[in-house]
Amino acid sequence: MSTSPSSPTRIDAQPGEVIDRSTTIRFSWNGTSMTGFAGDTIASALMANGVRVISRSMKYHRPRGYLTADFWDPNGFVQVGDDPNVRSGHRLIENGMDVEPQNVWPSLDHDVKAANGLVGRFLTAGFYYKTFMRPAKLWPQFEKVLATFAPGGTVDLDTPHRLHDKRYIHPDVVVAGGGPAGMSAALAAAEAGAQVVLVEHEHHLGGHLLWGSDADRAVVAHFASALEKAGVEVLLNSTVTGRYEDNWVAINQRSHPLAVERLIKARAKILVVAPGLIERPYVFAGNDKPGVMLSGAVRRLINLYGVKPGSKAVVLTANADGDATIADLERIGVDVHVVDARKGEGIVAADGPAKSVTSVEGADGTKIDCDLLVTAIGWTAPTSLLNMSGDRPVYDPQTARFFPGVDIDNVLSTGGIVGDGMLDEVIDHGQQTGRLAADRAAAVAHRLQAFTARATPVHGDEPEWTPDRRSELPRDAHPELFRSSTHGIVDFSEDVGSKDLFGAAAEGFDSVELIKRFTTATMGPAQGKLETVNTVAVLAEARGETIAEVGTTVWRPPYAPITLGALAGRIFEPVRVSSIQPWHERNDAVPILAGAWIRPEHYGDAAAEVRNTRENVGIIDVTPLGKLDLRGPDVPKLLSMLYTNKWMKLPVGSVRYGLMCAEDGVVLDDGVTARLGEEHYLMTTTSSGAATIWEWAENWLQTEHPEWQVHITPVTTGLTSINVAGPKSRELVGRLTDIDLDPQSFEYMQVRTGSVAGVENCIAWRIGFTGELSYELHVPSGHGLHVWESLLEAGTDLGVKPFGLEAQRIMRLEKGHFIVGQDTDGLTKAPSTGMSSLIKLDKDDFAGKAELGWAMEDVEAPIVVSIQTSDGTIVPREASQIVKAGTNEILGRITSSRMSPTLGRSVCLGQVAPHVSAPGTELTIVLADGTRTQANVMEHHAHFDPEGERLRG
Amino acid sequence: MLLVPCPNCGPRNASDLVYKGESHTRPDPNLVTEAEWRSYLYLEDNPAGWLRETWYCRSGCRRYFVLERDTTTNEFRNPPVPGAKIGGKA
Ligand SMILES: [Zn+2]
Repeated sequence: MSTSPSSPTRIDAQPGEVIDRSTTIRFSWNGTSMTGFAGDTIASALMANGVRVISRSMKYHRPRGYLTADFWDPNGFVQVGDDPNVRSGHRLIENGMDVEPQNVWPSLDHDVKAANGLVGRFLTAGFYYKTFMRPAKLWPQFEKVLATFAPGGTVDLDTPHRLHDKRYIHPDVVVAGGGPAGMSAALAAAEAGAQVVLVEHEHHLGGHLLWGSDADRAVVAHFASALEKAGVEVLLNSTVTGRYEDNWVAINQRSHPLAVERLIKARAKILVVAPGLIERPYVFAGNDKPGVMLSGAVRRLINLYGVKPGSKAVVLTANADGDATIADLERIGVDVHVVDARKGEGIVAADGPAKSVTSVEGADGTKIDCDLLVTAIGWTAPTSLLNMSGDRPVYDPQTARFFPGVDIDNVLSTGGIVGDGMLDEVIDHGQQTGRLAADRAAAVAHRLQAFTARATPVHGDEPEWTPDRRSELPRDAHPELFRSSTHGIVDFSEDVGSKDLFGAAAEGFDSVELIKRFTTATMGPAQGKLETVNTVAVLAEARGETIAEVGTTVWRPPYAPITLGALAGRIFEPVRVSSIQPWHERNDAVPILAGAWIRPEHYGDAAAEVRNTRENVGIIDVTPLGKLDLRGPDVPKLLSMLYTNKWMKLPVGSVRYGLMCAEDGVVLDDGVTARLGEEHYLMTTTSSGAATIWEWAENWLQTEHPEWQVHITPVTTGLTSINVAGPKSRELVGRLTDIDLDPQSFEYMQVRTGSVAGVENCIAWRIGFTGELSYELHVPSGHGLHVWESLLEAGTDLGVKPFGLEAQRIMRLEKGHFIVGQDTDGLTKAPSTGMSSLIKLDKDDFAGKAELGWAMEDVEAPIVVSIQTSDGTIVPREASQIVKAGTNEILGRITSSRMSPTLGRSVCLGQVAPHVSAPGTELTIVLADGTRTQANVMEHHAHFDPEGERLRG
Repeated sequence: MLLVPCPNCGPRNASDLVYKGESHTRPDPNLVTEAEWRSYLYLEDNPAGWLRETWYCRSGCRRYFVLERDTTTNEFRNPPVPGAKIGGKA
């Protein structure tokens, strides 16, 4: 393959290279097939293939090449197959990989948006706020324009959900960063007895040592094997993305063999922050042209991947890394012109056609021909994890970077983030940090153990909290270099220039936090790693302040962007089913998800199920009903406290309905409770209220009345519940039970126990949510399916049929029974339900008593009433508004509505203002299509059988 | 995420527990005024410093208990009188 002399190419094997030249990888870029080597990143492979232009910038669509050629490269986002926004400086190439540029419509080479000096004037700082504010009716147009300019790849909505996973760990020490300081800290902590996890962002341990000398790489090899021996868990290609309260540390692992990503939630006793330093770009005219690179990018490309990034270079150097870059370039035969900032030399512009650099303008007016411009002008300390721990970094002008500002007990920093020094000094600092971390982790472990001493004894005294006596790393002097005399790009991902920041400052933005939001500088995918300090420095310059005075923005999680897939993990949604569920499935029940329960909505025709239940007999699986087994001498006191009505004299063998309110008087739940024995009760709650009411009852028992002797056992799934309803229910149940069903001895609202279909210890009670004669059977759940099938078998000649939740809801609405949470809401106090007779204010105390006393006096509270439309064919949608005739004044709303198969007309429940709640009041309902219809308040809550004759029969 | 030291289960993620708010004594509903009751229901002292709070160990021992927490540091300690009466509002 021939490439032009100025194109980057692969060079001879380098001593520290991480590629395997014996394994060729085939991939494609923008439709062209290319090859690379195993271990290549997409970036190194593209560079080796002579590709210089990777993307277009976000707003101005200027051609861009690699700047840092690593994870943080703001220009390197590509689409890989159906995976958008892949960081090509980090992702390794694989055989068959289909890599496409993104944000380059219609093509990378011919980009119509590049004509956007045209639109550029709309895209200045704050353009979102200024340009698109008004008129509002033009928003759809604005959105179209913005959408074509918006960066980002293509999301394929048909992409299958690949395996993402989560893991929970409780290590003593998590070390964020696997450079020399991090490796040394991890090893020292492990050798001191701590359980350690070492997390490295890159694919290899070693940090900058990897592109250093042979001796540097020998150090890496030594640590790698020592860490393994010491039992340190090393996570490569993984990022500590956040630190939260009590050292809850999020680690995004991209190197799991099965999961695409795995989010590890680590509760670290001590977190060691050792991310090293991130190289900072220089601001000058043309600083975003392809061919302008940072020194770290050049050193990685040469030393790790054997790629020659240019043939004639200008290097602006202000530090040892710049000098090492010069040496690397000269070693591989690149002609280098040095501009030494430490001698007062400088550059003002990179010139050339749109897609390359052909010359550099020096500060002294000279023009130097080149095809590569390298800058090495300083560092950013990525203090993100410290910010998340409460730190506010402090600027040090001598070293031209920020340093941690405060000591945090359980978060320790080491390495470049806290200082410079020779390699052995850095390793020594890491070692001291690791030992301190292990000591403190032991103290934290002891303290945590002491809290749980009730369960597990804690041995010995708490270890001393080891003070921080680490020697400090030296700080190397570094010139302050942020911007040349020209304007250039500050935030490459967001396309924000120093000119924009000067403009914003002139408009009066004086706070870095505000200017960040106004210009969007630092808000792109580089998360401030490249641009924050330059933003601060340019703002300081524009305002004539010092960097320390301007301060810095607060770095928040995540340290590096994380995918939604990683956060979602496995799609794990447990559901609950009753023991009869296999039968429902075999018999084509249409399922409905109610809370966590899957239950039959109907078996094909809910209206037919209603008619059969009203005419013959129906059975419904009501297992999701919450059920609490209550035992003890003080159960009546507990019931009296929970329910608004009286419970002290409920006879054994009886069932009573009750309403529960929270302390604010709002209806919390309702249901029936049976007294099975002298000190034994069974409470039922609504399906959705089961967990809440258990906690609510425990709250009263544990906090207000610990002297009461009551034991609560939730038995919701322990008992399978079947309601047998309809005029023939007595006959059906009678065929299977030894319980005496004679209406004289087993009356409405009574409970009996006995055997059903040969199953002992069944509970049967007579209640009637459907309005029919009915027996609710609670059967040990191991036998639930048997009892269900026995009922169907025994009642064939009676016409027994199953019915689902929908038929039950229709029948309860025909009877005018409200459902908590459907016909009541978070503001509905008990008197609004029309059940004032159940509120016994003469009881000494009960939940909600104080509020209910006042609520009973409230003459403005809405009231739940039954409503029928004048035209019975109209079923107003639930939540339809009830208004004052001829106006839009809202008087209430429909809370439940159905077509009644029994009455052949629609029936509703609604909440209305008290002055329109009297029976016979005419109401106006606004239908979904905006038309209005007339309706009336009914005399009784029950639309059907208001006297309840069927129920009590 | 906060690590909450349940006296029975030991330190657990706050998401394993339910935070029930500041621990205040429930007024006698027969004597209380509307203003007093609503202050009990809705108003919190929210001090900068030590605060008594009720927790419910939902995913563990299912006990309600009171802990003291320094709201400026999130440090926990056991209350001086363990098992003291604690508020019943939900
Ligand atoms: Zn617990």
